Amino acid sequence: MPVVWLILIVLVLAVLGFIAGRMRVTTAGGARPHSLPNYYGWNVAMKVMVPAFLALVIWLLVQPFVVDGKVTGMIDEAAIPEGSTLGLVMSDVRRVADGLDLAVSRGLMTADSASSIRTESTDVRDLLANAGVALGSNVSPQVLEAAQAYRGMNHTGNLWMTVVVLALALGGLAWAVRETTLEFRARNAVEGGVRILLLAAASIAILTTIGIVLSLIGNTVRFFDLYSVSKFFGSFTWSPSFGGGSELGIWPLLWGTFYISIIALIVAVPIGLFAAVYLSEYASPRMRAWAKPLLEVLAGIPTIVYGLFALLTVGPLLLTVFGRDGLGWMQAGTAVMTAGVVMGIMLIPFVSSLSDDIINAVPQSLRDGSYGLGATHSETIKQVILPAALPGIVGAILLAASRAIGETMIVVMGAGAAARLSLNPFDAMTTVTAKIVSQLTGDADFASPEALVAFALGMTLFVMTLGLNIFALYIVRKYREQYD
Amino acid sequence: MDATNAKGNVPMYDAPMRKAAVDVNENKISAKDVQVYYGETHAIKDVSVDILDKTVTAFIGPSGCGKSTFLRCLNRMNDTIDSCRVEGLIALDGEDIYDKRVDPVQLRAKVGMVFQKPNPFPKSIYDNVAYGPRIHGLARNKAELDEIVERALRRGAIWNEVKDRLDSPGTGLSGGQQQRLCIARAVATEPEVLLMDEPCSALDPIATAQVEELIDELRENYSVVIVTHSMQQAARVSQKTAFFHLGNLVEYGETSQIFTNPVDPRTESYITGRIG
Repeated sequence: MPVVWLILIVLVLAVLGFIAGRMRVTTAGGARPHSLPNYYGWNVAMKVMVPAFLALVIWLLVQPFVVDGKVTGMIDEAAIPEGSTLGLVMSDVRRVADGLDLAVSRGLMTADSASSIRTESTDVRDLLANAGVALGSNVSPQVLEAAQAYRGMNHTGNLWMTVVVLALALGGLAWAVRETTLEFRARNAVEGGVRILLLAAASIAILTTIGIVLSLIGNTVRFFDLYSVSKFFGSFTWSPSFGGGSELGIWPLLWGTFYISIIALIVAVPIGLFAAVYLSEYASPRMRAWAKPLLEVLAGIPTIVYGLFALLTVGPLLLTVFGRDGLGWMQAGTAVMTAGVVMGIMLIPFVSSLSDDIINAVPQSLRDGSYGLGATHSETIKQVILPAALPGIVGAILLAASRAIGETMIVVMGAGAAARLSLNPFDAMTTVTAKIVSQLTGDADFASPEALVAFALGMTLFVMTLGLNIFALYIVRKYREQYD
Repeated sequence: MDATNAKGNVPMYDAPMRKAAVDVNENKISAKDVQVYYGETHAIKDVSVDILDKTVTAFIGPSGCGKSTFLRCLNRMNDTIDSCRVEGLIALDGEDIYDKRVDPVQLRAKVGMVFQKPNPFPKSIYDNVAYGPRIHGLARNKAELDEIVERALRRGAIWNEVKDRLDSPGTGLSGGQQQRLCIARAVATEPEVLLMDEPCSALDPIATAQVEELIDELRENYSVVIVTHSMQQAARVSQKTAFFHLGNLVEYGETSQIFTNPVDPRTESYITGRIG
């Protein structure tokens, strides 16, 4: 039975359960039920759906692993052709199995003949080609045998899955309907269900983060097996060569990241903050209604478009002033300054929009108190409103900093690709993120240190932004304590 | 209402700290035919009142009668509300405060304000009090500023409680202490008039008593205008009382006379609790 049908049946059972649960208390008569009738309905529906769907999801996730493991065990080393791997053979097995199922469903062969098919009597490759499944080579008896076993196991698996899921749904229905009496506290039961739902949502977010870290750790460890930690963190040269003998020091990249982010923040923080002060304190409501969405449009522009802006407009513009014809500090349009300025422009709406909300949240009573003492508007902003809003503003700035550190596209297009340690902001440099892209998208063997270094770089970046966020939390907490 | 005694005191209210004779004082603020509009709403209608120097004047009346609005006109706090429009004449020491040449910021330094809810700034106690003197340049050096802060805190009757922790945040004080800090903050700028908008409504009875005592002491130096919902409070702290009703100034006179022998029937209904 296809999974869609199974889901539909469980849903229908849930609806029936809902109606049954409601009916049981509304038609019971006599005393007033503990909860509103809908709560009894939801309680039953919940107990039908939750165990059944949970079992379904777990089964769908686990079955492929179990079946794959068993079938892989059936193929012995000798059956693997020259130049091939176990993985390739297994994918053949899966394709043959899927192809046979497809052929049956298209009416090209009966279910019986599909399970009794022999390589000696039929050209399986031809047959499957007719069904629309192309195979790279002729099907060996062993692969066919494995494919048949694969089909068999999946078939039984699906059957049992259907049985288990339906049994759970019906069992839940029976149990929930039975417990539905006038005294049953359905309201509390549903409340508990909602709590678990929310908890599940929160844990998925956390588990995903942990999963991302774990996936990075594996490859990072593999990189450090091939390349020494002390050289990675100790060398000041970044010169990967895919022929081997590369120097993979992180410092030029970290310096580039840091330098570009600092320039971006120097551009974004004052402009964003002043824009926020203007919008929240000085702008008329009509002006604000126009200007705020317009400013936020900046946040919606894809970073690749900012990259084009850096490459085509800002770079040449800076070059005419600081280049050979001007001050002579700049060699080419791509430079730290170009990327930093454009990235700063990108960050303005982050800083301004968040700060604007925070400044608006400062209570009116503080403003009144300051005006009542004869302070001017700007004195009030400088001495009362901004200090009160400071924790939030620091948070906004650090959020912008995290964005700046993680930004890639603008760097690739605006800052060049040369990894170097230089103090001149008009030199081309590159960042950690830009190098992660270039190391992973090259032709390098995935197992070489030149490619695996991307994971070590990613891990370093992750730890850095994590540290920045923890620092931001610390700052915010510290000031909040003082101001509460 | 009980009968009055010979000196015009109100027997039903215990007011031991009241000093006699208010009529020797001169006019501090005089308002003439003041109208206030919030957009289309006519909030204050034809109010004319003379507020005396070195006197506590109480504004009483039911909620929404315009007494707070009128109070906020006296130091142009209503300027911060866009839809608010004020007509008529309000003069401080004979000068029209709504004249174009008057800087509302300078005016508010002369006419200080204390609000309904204590609103200390998120700064230290010292910085809260030093805020006004600093922006108005009242102190030439740190020692002078220290002196101003101490004097203000003493006048706010809170010095003894905070003198050892001037650096701790003002928001960490209790409600009553916060309100006295706000009063100290207001007197630190040496205003001539102090406006108080229901200064005790967020306070418990003990803190209220402390603030009331303080108001009576402040009378020696300032003209104090207080908006209050509590008629007992008005009777305890004020020498003059104005009764507002639906945007009109119904009656204005000696507190003792308002509370014992009101002229207008609406005043009598309000203070005896029949309207409100």
